Amino acid sequence: MAKQKNVLPGFNLTLGYTLLYLSLIVLIPLSAAFIKTTELSLNEFWSVVTAPRVLASYRLTFGASLIGALINAVFGLLTAWVLVRYTFPGKKIIDALVDLPFALPTAVAGIALTAVYAGNGWIGSLLEPHGIKVAFTPIGVIIALTFIGLPFVVRTVQPVLEDLEAETEEAAASLGANRWQTFSKVILPTLWPALLTGFALAFARAIGEYGSVIFIAGNVPFVSEITPLIIITKLEQYEYASATAVAVVMLIISFLLLFAINGLQWWMTRRNGTSY
Amino acid sequence: MSNTTTSQFASYHNKVTRSRATSEPAWIRWSLIAATLLFLSFFLFVPLVAVFTEALRKGFDTYLTALVDPDALSSIRLTLIAAAIAVPLNLVFGVAAAWAIAKFEFKGKSILITLIDLPFAVSPVIAGLIYVLIFGLQGWFGSYLSDHDVKIIFAVPGIVLATIFVTFPFVARELIPLMQAQGKDEEEAGLVLGASGWQILWRITLPNIKWGLLYGVILTNARAMGEFGAVSVVSGHIRGLTNTMPLHVEILYNEYNYAAAFAVASLLALLALVTLVLKSFVEWQVERNASNSEENN
Repeated sequence: MAKQKNVLPGFNLTLGYTLLYLSLIVLIPLSAAFIKTTELSLNEFWSVVTAPRVLASYRLTFGASLIGALINAVFGLLTAWVLVRYTFPGKKIIDALVDLPFALPTAVAGIALTAVYAGNGWIGSLLEPHGIKVAFTPIGVIIALTFIGLPFVVRTVQPVLEDLEAETEEAAASLGANRWQTFSKVILPTLWPALLTGFALAFARAIGEYGSVIFIAGNVPFVSEITPLIIITKLEQYEYASATAVAVVMLIISFLLLFAINGLQWWMTRRNGTSY
Repeated sequence: MSNTTTSQFASYHNKVTRSRATSEPAWIRWSLIAATLLFLSFFLFVPLVAVFTEALRKGFDTYLTALVDPDALSSIRLTLIAAAIAVPLNLVFGVAAAWAIAKFEFKGKSILITLIDLPFAVSPVIAGLIYVLIFGLQGWFGSYLSDHDVKIIFAVPGIVLATIFVTFPFVARELIPLMQAQGKDEEEAGLVLGASGWQILWRITLPNIKWGLLYGVILTNARAMGEFGAVSVVSGHIRGLTNTMPLHVEILYNEYNYAAAFAVASLLALLALVTLVLKSFVEWQVERNASNSEENN
């Protein structure tokens, strides 16, 4: 069949508008960050982005984001499993509430988590007698980053679990596999791409997070100071070039993660036949 | 990046009754449910309840006083203004982008989709920073703007710009997969019957995508009203002038005025709950439509 000509109107208008709006709001402003760093020499740039205090903030930001995303991978899988496979009272409400971290403003999440996990808070007062301090320590950062990444794994794994055919599990059972073997050898391999995508999304979201963290972190340099806060501090001291240098490091890492996630989603689409 | 939200359109409940060989013993089932509820309590339920109890801790009068405070009212006004500008702009962009991407083939389409996702990958703090670099006093247009007495940074336009940036992809992200799935047969039929481009848009495409559109608008609005990091960088925190609700919460909190901070925060938490209810309603509508059309076929 000959290639059909598309007869619908509006291609030039809509694509033109899309490119214009995208350039004005996103691309040109983002390029400003890269252009601004050229004010620094390569040596200056390097010494700004590898200063001890900045290095400590990378360790905290990436370490806490990684731990938060791992917690979410484990409990997100569990939550998705329970919501898809079991019935219990209040399930629909709980299912809807999983999206709360997407809907709740980060500043509200930040002060709420601080109130709950501080030494005199509902949960903090239970932990403190056991010598566990959460608020105003790096553990607080992990708590906040777990909160904001919570929906990602649940929402990527849930639809894959729902689409799983009962036949494959029945086949495994009839071949003599016990329930754990069926889960680890049949179900889990199918879930891997979705689980990894959800993990990567939660991780990517966590490394840029600011609002929910700064209230609970305590923000002590070298101990509980995240990289986005370093950028804010430099800005407040009018050190625009060095604030931008740290921002550029974060932007490059975020872009690499975005490409990795796109690759994962492509893999997931190929594995499962549909796009989530 | 977060096209996880679209997944709910595809979700439906697995009604297959499972035999004993493919389900777990009751004690495992209930321990897994208990572990999930414990996890969600620690991270979701307890903090959510805490917002409201902290807000009402000093009584209902203190609560109301905090909300009718002039600075609180002006922060509410500014939050509404920012959302009222950002949401329609990103709505129009989302429809235009989805039309071009879903209805036509062109080179570089997947790159374009990735670029539309970019704002999700950028830290909110950096989203604020880039506008300071352009419109701030030291920025590209800084001296031009100050010569003409136009303030963007530390003023309302900067807050609106930062809000547009962080909510940029939501509507487009919802509509692109939806319109791709719907194809273009109906639009082409309209064209054959003599409809103009605008008639096709208003009579065919928009009615077809109305739930996806509403879904995108709900998400955009929630994020627009709740944004903190990006707005914080460009706002300058001028009381009564450039404080949005989340920034007002921060100021009150840092002044140890916890009851008032949580009072304003409770309004934002209510907004989040309304968002979740509307979201569930839209998902329910979409599921119902999907099962209706299955029955008709």
